[in-house]
Amino acid sequence: MLNTTPLNALHRAAGAKMVDFGGWEMPVNYGSQIEEHHAVRRDAGMFDVSHMLAIDLRGDGARRFLSYALANNVDKLAAPGKALYSCLLRPDGGVLDDLIAYFIREDAFRLVVNAGTADKDVEWVESLSRERAPRLVLVPRRDLAMIAVQGPRARERVWSALPQTREATEALKPFVAVQIGDYFLARTGYTGEDGFEVTLPATRAAELWDALAGAGVRRCGLGARDTLRLEAGMNLYGQDMDESVDPLESGLAWTVDLSGARDFVGKAALLSKPRLRTLVGLILVDKGGVLRGHQRVQTARGDGVVTSGTFSPTLGASIALARVPAGVAPGENVHVAIRGKLLAARVVKPPFVRNGKILVEP
Amino acid sequence: MNVPSELKYTESHEWIRTESDGNLAVGITDHAQQAHGDLVFIELPAVGRTLQAGEACAVVESVKAASDIYAPVAGVVVAANDEIAAAPEKVNADPYGSWLFKLKPSDPAAPEKLLDAPAYAKVAGDD
Repeated sequence: MLNTTPLNALHRAAGAKMVDFGGWEMPVNYGSQIEEHHAVRRDAGMFDVSHMLAIDLRGDGARRFLSYALANNVDKLAAPGKALYSCLLRPDGGVLDDLIAYFIREDAFRLVVNAGTADKDVEWVESLSRERAPRLVLVPRRDLAMIAVQGPRARERVWSALPQTREATEALKPFVAVQIGDYFLARTGYTGEDGFEVTLPATRAAELWDALAGAGVRRCGLGARDTLRLEAGMNLYGQDMDESVDPLESGLAWTVDLSGARDFVGKAALLSKPRLRTLVGLILVDKGGVLRGHQRVQTARGDGVVTSGTFSPTLGASIALARVPAGVAPGENVHVAIRGKLLAARVVKPPFVRNGKILVEP
Repeated sequence: MNVPSELKYTESHEWIRTESDGNLAVGITDHAQQAHGDLVFIELPAVGRTLQAGEACAVVESVKAASDIYAPVAGVVVAANDEIAAAPEKVNADPYGSWLFKLKPSDPAAPEKLLDAPAYAKVAGDD
């Protein structure tokens, strides 16, 4: 029996093709995935991301606890509402999950975690907090829904659907959130475009979804979400990193704060291990196929593997993230094994696309 | 789901049209293009290649995944539709107007054993 979000009936009514995504029945597209992709790059699209889980941490010592639990440093969160992207690591440095931490108040933080790892995350954070911060209370918020509205016109369309949120969010900076009545609006996303991720009571989700559709926001499925995040050079947990790799060989060194005396789960392991691999972007140069996960990559320094690959609608070419031997650098040529042929690809530094603009040479 | 009555079909979702010269035009069905989603790449068999019935001979790739296309009957490839290979989205827009390759069947009677439209509609409906 699959889990369903509060918007399930609306997806079906809109003709969505539904798939099993990590135990959740989710829309993969509502017709054309490529048109949904372009809508987000050029105008505005919305995604039901209610399968993701918000976990509220309440009580004294929340910051001190997260400072130990997360690889990125929550001390960077100075102003209420500020968000931080971080990995949750195992003691051996393996990536348990990637998440966004929001600083609400000194005694209230929120973590938003992936659907497929949510149960494991709750269990891990609970066991860690019993040990380090026994008075901290963890509240998994399955009573909430999440709608991501993304694209150059996303914010104005949210303001048209929720006029009461306009004044408080017009000057909201990227990676900052604010609670306005029932609505928690964060200027965050997973597409490389501007927009809001709106967290709200599950009971109000259908009403907002309909209002956004009425304001001209296109319904988009997880298919377009995947091509958009890959163009934006953003990792997908379970494909580009998991428990068997550490963040430093997953293109996530920028999210790990190794400075100073702060200790955190996984730090000792990260400091002691040599860096043998690195995550890079690839653009397929030869015709003859599409880059996909698990394809073998031949480089001058040894073999690697494609972790995520797709056809990029914005570039009109196939792109990928690949884990290759350390030292493979942007500009180099590599070969990817696709159906028994070795096709030429070029190493690039992600992102491929941000804010509607192509950032790599095609 | 659109299943034209004048065509033959396979259980692997190819359609087959017998041309006036006896050659067979092969494409993928409306059901197949819907299941694949937006096509972004097509690899076609070389003209002159000899195919066994059921042999994987072409590949269509959508944004999601790659899928093999199978020879509906044994024969020799007499044409490949390079225009479609250059614009795979045409298959989504008009699956029955978008043949992928043409085959000269080794047994001219072989196509008769393929599925007719009602039989294929049942296969696709059960899918």
